[in-house]
Amino acid sequence: MTSVSIPTRRALLGRRRTTNPFVIGLIRHAFLIAVLVVMLYPVVWMVAASFRPSAEVMNSLGLFSRHYTLDNYKHGWSAGQLDFSRYFLNSIAITALSIAGNLFACSLTAYAFARLEFPLKRVLFGLLLATMLLPYHVTLVPQYILFNELAWMNTYLPLVVPKWLGVEAFFIFLMVQFIRTLPRELDDAARIDGCGHWRTFIRIIMPLSLPALGTTALFTFINSWNDFLGPLLYLNRPELWTVSLGLNSFLDVTGESAYGSLFAMSTLALAPIVGFFLGAQKLLIEGVATTGLK
Amino acid sequence: MKSSRTGREGLTAYLFLSPWLIGIVLLTLGPMLYSAYLAFTSYDLLSPPRWIGLDNFRRMFTADPRYLSSVRVTLVYVVVSVPLLLVLSMVLALLLNKGIRFLSGYRALFYLPSLMGASVAIAVLWRQIFGGTGLVNQVLSLFGITRGSWVGSPGTALWTIVTLNLWAFGATMIIFLAGLRQVPVELHEAAAVDGAGPIRRFFSVTLPLMTPLIFFNLLLDTIHAFQAFTGAFVVSRGSGGPADSTLFYTLYLYQQGFAELKMGYASAMAWTLVIVLAAFTGFLFLTAKRWVYYGDER
Repeated sequence: MTSVSIPTRRALLGRRRTTNPFVIGLIRHAFLIAVLVVMLYPVVWMVAASFRPSAEVMNSLGLFSRHYTLDNYKHGWSAGQLDFSRYFLNSIAITALSIAGNLFACSLTAYAFARLEFPLKRVLFGLLLATMLLPYHVTLVPQYILFNELAWMNTYLPLVVPKWLGVEAFFIFLMVQFIRTLPRELDDAARIDGCGHWRTFIRIIMPLSLPALGTTALFTFINSWNDFLGPLLYLNRPELWTVSLGLNSFLDVTGESAYGSLFAMSTLALAPIVGFFLGAQKLLIEGVATTGLK
Repeated sequence: MKSSRTGREGLTAYLFLSPWLIGIVLLTLGPMLYSAYLAFTSYDLLSPPRWIGLDNFRRMFTADPRYLSSVRVTLVYVVVSVPLLLVLSMVLALLLNKGIRFLSGYRALFYLPSLMGASVAIAVLWRQIFGGTGLVNQVLSLFGITRGSWVGSPGTALWTIVTLNLWAFGATMIIFLAGLRQVPVELHEAAAVDGAGPIRRFFSVTLPLMTPLIFFNLLLDTIHAFQAFTGAFVVSRGSGGPADSTLFYTLYLYQQGFAELKMGYASAMAWTLVIVLAAFTGFLFLTAKRWVYYGDER
């Protein structure tokens, strides 16, 4: 019997390279690491610079110093018009209220779209998808006029109330997709036990939707924490400012002279984002991979 | 019996929907109609809106050079940064897809910047590293190259904002990476049996299967790029300078609407953007049949 050699998977896909796969792997890792270094070095450098004496901040490319100090933090914390503690508390308050609002409105809406039959369902779902693509500019001016008429300027209401009314359609869509994957037998069993829709929603669907709720909470956190245009429009009084506004005005007050303190405060502003990322990166990355959230 | 049950369910559904319905009427559809009206008026918040017909639009396209330069800046930004972003994301996703070690570590580190890219803190950092004595110029001076400030020169300021957008490519990469993992190995094997090399296999097997995700990312990244604001505002200190070279559409809309209180003009600008983006989206969906692969259609 003549031997017909069946090519193996590896032989086919590797196609007789003269170079060693080990070398190719090494080159690939070297390239990826080089890209990462270029991308992340500025941030790492900023963090390192924030711990160096201000004279050293600008004229050193390296990360290390003989005299690390917390002076930039001490100086930066109170260098703006108000203490950064105020800005942090404000940011935390707005972010917490935004998260609560998104969880409330988006989960209710998503349950209706995923589980209930009602007139105009397809039209309304189309509308939901359309608003995901709508640029926010078109509602920026009229919302500003509306909130101005309501005397909501210099309150957190313009930043928070829209979240309680489900304007962030992406999260509704995310939850609809998630709830659709939950077995309907659970709903039916709950119905037989006498649960109405409200109890099914609270007792069955919400506990099972924790991953989707977690993703929504995390992305809402990041968006609210980073938000700049909203606070810029609606918060003029420094005692209401968020960290973003505080940093921005810091740049106006100190200019180029105090990069040390500016870097210190920037580091603190980024810290919660990095912290949540480290704590929940699996949830975040899966959220992006499965729904395209950005 | 049946109809009364569905009627009851409909009522329950609308109760569940009520926050969202209130929001969409009062915060989205109503405001859209109102700004469509304002686009044909002159309105400064103090005296009532005054109907001026098409004057806002006429002024935008014939008598406002700053408007036209904001259009130019934004178009250059979108046309350059979105394709680069897609290519960069795809290349890195491909490199990470080959059963590489430390995958989750790489993925996490590449993704992290996209969570920070929209922040004021990173824009502050960008302003420093592309400044006259910033990190970039210090590195260049090691090679004997001396340059002025990148953010301070009209020829380069826009490109610093482009790099800021590219820096945050991680989310797009993650979506591509998730898609690449769905490409069946059997297809690659069959193509390899037929003698296709790795490059040919990418263009004939992988790329067609990835078109739905390319479509998705192209659409969202383009819409996103048209709305860029924070980076340009912080880096140029709200001016859009130097010489209007970073005067993004949204930044100019902000200046006109909220610094000069030209609410009518800003509304006309907003609606123009909506129409352009709607046309772009429509065009993309119409051409999708030609280039997006949706599996075996039955």
